[in-house]
Amino acid sequence: MKAESKRTLLDPIVENNPVILQVLGICSALAVTSRLLPSLIMSLALTAVIAFSCLFISMVRKAVPGNVRIIVQMTIIASLVIVVDQLLRAYLPEVSRQLSVFVGLIITNCIVLGRAEAYSMKNGPWLSFLDGLGHGLGYSAILIIVATVRELFGTGSLLGQQLLPLKSTGGWYEPNGLLVLAPSAFFLIAAIIWAVRAWKPAQQEKPEFQIRVVHRTEVS
Amino acid sequence: MEHYINLAIKAIFIENLALSFFLGMCTFLAISRKVDTAMGLGAAVIFVQAVTVPLNALIYHNLLGPGALAWAGLSAIDLSFLGLITYIGVIAASVQVLEMFLDRYAPALYHALGIFLPLITVNCAILAGSLFMVERDYSFGESVVYGISSGAGWALAVVTLAAVREKLKYSDVPDGLQGLGITFITAGLIAMAFLAFSGIQL
Repeated sequence: MKAESKRTLLDPIVENNPVILQVLGICSALAVTSRLLPSLIMSLALTAVIAFSCLFISMVRKAVPGNVRIIVQMTIIASLVIVVDQLLRAYLPEVSRQLSVFVGLIITNCIVLGRAEAYSMKNGPWLSFLDGLGHGLGYSAILIIVATVRELFGTGSLLGQQLLPLKSTGGWYEPNGLLVLAPSAFFLIAAIIWAVRAWKPAQQEKPEFQIRVVHRTEVS
Repeated sequence: MEHYINLAIKAIFIENLALSFFLGMCTFLAISRKVDTAMGLGAAVIFVQAVTVPLNALIYHNLLGPGALAWAGLSAIDLSFLGLITYIGVIAASVQVLEMFLDRYAPALYHALGIFLPLITVNCAILAGSLFMVERDYSFGESVVYGISSGAGWALAVVTLAAVREKLKYSDVPDGLQGLGITFITAGLIAMAFLAFSGIQL
């Protein structure tokens, strides 16, 4: 039981990462990562929503008839997102403005609904909570890596602290403007995917076509 | 009129939902292996956006927004915190109604869209369309234009990516990048090409 809980919690972080292996929840992973602070808050918000929605959905799973389950899941998730959104607006209005619509979009984040549907409907509340927490952490890991690279090398600062002195203010670092722009997030995630799959070849996808090179001795 | 054209160009090219806000990425990456399925999905997104954004605009302006209930004599009430749950409900319901309507009156279109219609409920581009409409305070006319053109921008992006991916089958990709990795890089390059549109104004 102990080992199973641990596996449920830790598996989604590298072995079965929701973003880079299951291709879920990419929208917000790309969009909020130009700075570290919003990404941290976003990770926290998503982890809280997914862990608690898995917990609540798992608690009511036996009382919900199969054909209305999606509506019930959506309602639970949407209510939790509203709570998080209102909390952010009240205590961190600045960050809430930067994240703009992306907090609301946690509702349609496929990781949340995907875990509710695939795991919480079949397992007990405690394991579902851990599963949700693990997937939230797996998502956060990707978000934080991407945001750190983008903010540090794109602007030379981290969380507003200037770490690499810029050329324009007399330092030595020429900021890489591309990293501030949207497309760099695609390249960084591709690089993370490449690194993880080089480390764990079991995650590699098979090519759809094999190009066959004809050796000159085969040509008649 | 010029204002509306400007808004449409901005929504299609400059603030493309898929490529500059990364919305609807899950479906964007999953359903872009073939050009015809991508076109079906794109058409479905345009359709649903054109219905849900104006509908949510009406609801926001007449029921939920600050002071929107003035017509009922309740001008002090601000229900905008109920927004999220209302919009997603409206989207789920209108997709369902649309599906039944098309099945009855336009079976050809219904079969062409097939599985994509129900999938669209959880496409974040659709919810984002409504949320941006609220955030930018579009009027009803603007929301009609914005709904159609943001859907069209998303459709354009997904068809482009599908076209590139069809050709990509024949190239020799490193093992670790096979599949998802190379798709991300392709999408990044398309996004960079779309950056060239920024700054266009009529």
